[in-house]
Amino acid sequence: MTADDPLLSVQGVGKRYGARWACRDVGFDLWPGEVLAIVGESGSGKSTLLNLLALRTPLDEGAVHYALRADGSTPGGLHDLATLSEARRRLLARTDWGFVEQNPREGLRMAVSAGANVAERLMVLGQEHYGRLRGQAMDWMQRVELDGHRIDEHPTQFSGGMQQRLQIARNLVTQPRLVFMDEPTSGLDVSVQARLLDLLRSLTQNLGLACIVVTHDLAVARLLAQRMLVMKDGSVVEAGLTDRVLDDPQHPYTQLLVSSVLTP
Amino acid sequence: MNHGHSPAPADALRLRASSLDKVFVLHHQHGAQLPVFAGLHLQVAAGECVALTGPSGCGKSTLMRCLYGNYAPSGGRVEVLHQGQWLDLHRAAPRQVIAARRHSLGHVTQFLRAIPRVPTLDLVAEPLCRLGVDETRAREQARALLDRLNVPQRLWSLPPATFSGGEQQRVNVARGFIAAQPVLLLDEPTASLDERNRQVVVDLILQARARGAALVGIFHDAEVRQAVSTRSFELGAAKSPTFRSPAHV
Amino acid sequence: MNTDTVSTTGAAPAAQPALSADSDYNFAFLDEQTKRHMRRALLKAVAVPGYQVPFGSREMPLPYGWGTGGIQVTASIIGSRDVLKVIDQGADGTVNAVNIRRFFARMTGVRTTTATAEATLLQTRHRIPETPLREGQILVYQVPQPEPLYRLEPRRAQTAQLHALAEYGLMSVRLYEDIAHLGAIARTYDYPVRVNGRYVMSPSPIPKFDNPKMHLNPALQLFGAGREKRLYAVPPYTPVESLAFEDHPFEVQRWDHACALCGASDSFLDEVIVDDAGRRLFVCSDSDHCQTRQQAGHTGTAVNQQGSQP
Repeated sequence: MTADDPLLSVQGVGKRYGARWACRDVGFDLWPGEVLAIVGESGSGKSTLLNLLALRTPLDEGAVHYALRADGSTPGGLHDLATLSEARRRLLARTDWGFVEQNPREGLRMAVSAGANVAERLMVLGQEHYGRLRGQAMDWMQRVELDGHRIDEHPTQFSGGMQQRLQIARNLVTQPRLVFMDEPTSGLDVSVQARLLDLLRSLTQNLGLACIVVTHDLAVARLLAQRMLVMKDGSVVEAGLTDRVLDDPQHPYTQLLVSSVLTP
Repeated sequence: MNHGHSPAPADALRLRASSLDKVFVLHHQHGAQLPVFAGLHLQVAAGECVALTGPSGCGKSTLMRCLYGNYAPSGGRVEVLHQGQWLDLHRAAPRQVIAARRHSLGHVTQFLRAIPRVPTLDLVAEPLCRLGVDETRAREQARALLDRLNVPQRLWSLPPATFSGGEQQRVNVARGFIAAQPVLLLDEPTASLDERNRQVVVDLILQARARGAALVGIFHDAEVRQAVSTRSFELGAAKSPTFRSPAHV
Repeated sequence: MNTDTVSTTGAAPAAQPALSADSDYNFAFLDEQTKRHMRRALLKAVAVPGYQVPFGSREMPLPYGWGTGGIQVTASIIGSRDVLKVIDQGADGTVNAVNIRRFFARMTGVRTTTATAEATLLQTRHRIPETPLREGQILVYQVPQPEPLYRLEPRRAQTAQLHALAEYGLMSVRLYEDIAHLGAIARTYDYPVRVNGRYVMSPSPIPKFDNPKMHLNPALQLFGAGREKRLYAVPPYTPVESLAFEDHPFEVQRWDHACALCGASDSFLDEVIVDDAGRRLFVCSDSDHCQTRQQAGHTGTAVNQQGSQP
């Protein structure tokens, strides 16, 4: 693998439900540290695409390649993810990748303490020192601006915005290189959204995370992402530098989207 | 200031636009086409400050945005010298444009695209941090620059959203100048500034020129334009009297 | 015909003379096909230590919850030259132990015993004998719930996948939670173990005190769960580690007392209330161990007291 290889390489991926293609012929490369926003309205196929890329849904066409870290059994470099064993893929999802769910309740264990939620991935990887696990959990809670003293409370005792932060900490504790986010701020109050976006922005920059963020909110795309894909009816209609796509939209649908946004 | 110029030696060039066309196509106004300019050539060398001139609506801002990679040309190309190579801003991959903007192509606009709730000092230090400069040093330089621009210290820990127009503009200027890129684009850098601060900005521009930066600017203030530019570049009159840039988010 | 008794007044006879089996039944009750099926399953279990092998649990003459799994395992491997010991909570004389021993005596005619050292095949509910086992002995455990993750993940399909992928984070989370909320890991019985460094297993509801006995034990350990239809095995000399954290290591229970009958200070003690005044004694749970020590001359505090022995 050369220094200039992409982290993720997507070629012609598609998913079909019966005769209808929810998402068709999508391709792009993502480099380390790049944040890509996938925007579109309901039915555009953006969530389907995210699930395909994160290996949650099987592909009906195309391939996804990822630059695995070299370990005992696999050499480094781009690997077709379809060739990985189930065990390897699950390990990937827990270590080098993160997935921030739209609803934090789906991305957390609600019946278990905040600390256990954050430290779980470390335990799965074999860390066995309670004191150190707890210390790392507390450290990450603070990095997402949660009070570390609440480490033994259950997520049910946190507000929605805080649950989302907890979910982010839970994903980042293994220092993944790629994080998928599905509408990470929707459903939250506006002021809470704003603070969360700030956090995401600074985390992605400081940690050099590559992210794929699905959102219907163009302002979120502008704030977080350097690149954008605009989707309509399962296809990518426009792609490029975020500020270029938003300030000088070329495709009719993009122009419609951009001009439809209300500004207070 | 001279209106004509002798072509600069090739190795001094930092930014060039070749056969640049720009036409806006408004698909939702029945495909209405709004031509802005066509066949435009511009070359900017180290030490130059080119003032874009022409009547209102002639496309100065549009050209500026094309030079920054913010607008896509309809024809021709824009290239910036980045790490010894010419980079076509519109055909390059987004990450290359981002890298070019960090290292080689700076930008001061009229509108502070304020990232909400980030304190002024951090906003100004950010372009240096992105270049890998140590955070402490970056903040030190940010303080120095804000000081020079007479932004009161009590404002440094506050986000600029509530500042006056003039204060916001000075934060903009600081953020635009701090990384000292070899090419700088300045869109009305002295808008909303009083005389004292206009002078500070003039000094900053002259300093940049002196260190070999290539600058392109839109200066409505004739005095400022006279003081900083080495030549002017005139864009033609508007093709349509109702021309306006499309609304953007 | 019943000649199977355990004396309550003194030392029990170590081994009973062999009986003739009841000829109305197949040897050991199960038909030969079933025994073959069970043995195949047992071999598979031995080949993959700690892995739960499904088996076709048969109708037994006692309901689920009374040891049908253990009985089926014993029935498939017992031979006419075996010497069988059955204990329940460490004692040979409780109702269940007596009934199961009588059952096998009648179904096989093999010799039975209460002496751990003399038995070749031992069936147990909820304890491991104190007397160390040796090569050639087989210990069969009765197991109610074979799945160690059951309380955390009740879905069988999910736990099967977790075991297959060795994803035991959920168990670590449970232990972490115990320490976070209670200061220590709360389990005192059925304490999960890792077998041969691979599968996490439920050792059956033995007290955690007994867990260390499983480690590198020279005997073959077999586990049967009749209602859940799973069996598993720990071959001789297999590493068995109780799960814990580095800084909260596994610890066994300790008592401040010694056995009131034999004076043993290192065996698992039961607390027994001896009279209406609520007077209590601590005695060895393993009756054979206690009696053997007494026969060898060891005594405890209760023997010196006036009045009845418990």
